[in-house]
Amino acid sequence: MAIADLANPTRFLAFANRTIPWLGGLAAVVFAFGINQAIVAPDDYQQGATVKIMFLHVPGAWLGMLGWGVMTVAALGTLVWRHPLADVAAKAAAPIGAAFTLMCLVTGSLWGRPMWGTYWVWDARLTSVLLLFLLYLGVIALWRTVEDPSRAARGAAILTLVGAIDLPIIKFSVDWWNTLHQPASVFRFGAPTIDASILIPLFIMTAAFTLAFATLLLAAMRNEILRRRVRTLRLMQASAAS
Amino acid sequence: MMPVAAHTGFIIAAYAAAVIVVGGLCAWVMLDYRAQRRNLADLERRGVIRRSAPPPPEPAPHQAKEKA
Repeated sequence: MAIADLANPTRFLAFANRTIPWLGGLAAVVFAFGINQAIVAPDDYQQGATVKIMFLHVPGAWLGMLGWGVMTVAALGTLVWRHPLADVAAKAAAPIGAAFTLMCLVTGSLWGRPMWGTYWVWDARLTSVLLLFLLYLGVIALWRTVEDPSRAARGAAILTLVGAIDLPIIKFSVDWWNTLHQPASVFRFGAPTIDASILIPLFIMTAAFTLAFATLLLAAMRNEILRRRVRTLRLMQASAAS
Repeated sequence: MMPVAAHTGFIIAAYAAAVIVVGGLCAWVMLDYRAQRRNLADLERRGVIRRSAPPPPEPAPHQAKEKA
């Protein structure tokens, strides 16, 4: 099947029905391996055992930003190409991205309390991630408020494109401002500053969460296509009755 | 090295939060899928189907005879 064929909702449903069980199963296997690696990973010489929180916090941050990235591409699909699945993808990605951003914030706070002595500081990195979470809530509220999906899609697409400005701010906030949050230690110019004994479990857990994200996104898109079919049928039924 | 026990509560709370987030998302998509399938089946039972939906299967020969 060509990728372009997936633009057809019926073909996308067939693809999703075939893919979701395999992708979910693969995510479960990689999670099992990643959690095992996280348990046996050594303590950090400075952070001690709390480094194990990083195996959740870093994937949460990555997926919170990936979710908005998916929505940004989908917003372009809605506004520029009017792709049939673009607003379905944008709507489906919003709650998933919001949940992972919340996971990033909560696990970060739980790491910050023993390491920094506080759950929260208004530094640039933390504040820009909190802003991303609030933007997610705004998009979700917009989808739920506007009844007509195509009108909601256009409004949500504009908000998404404006909100995309926050992504480079999150990434470079630790370079542009003097923050309590540490600078980039994995994706940076030069080699990562983390030892392989911690970096490898971190990559495996990130892969597991990314597979879970992909599975959830496909499943949520399938639900959204079915929801729109239900809506169309109900409108047909109502117009036939009147 | 710091004692593990000093921060165990924070580590457990973080993993519990992750379980709640991922478990909650899984439950949400599964329950939503069931609800949409139920809604579609309900509409189909009442004869409301999409114009592009595949036609219902032909009855077996003996069933056709019984109907005739």
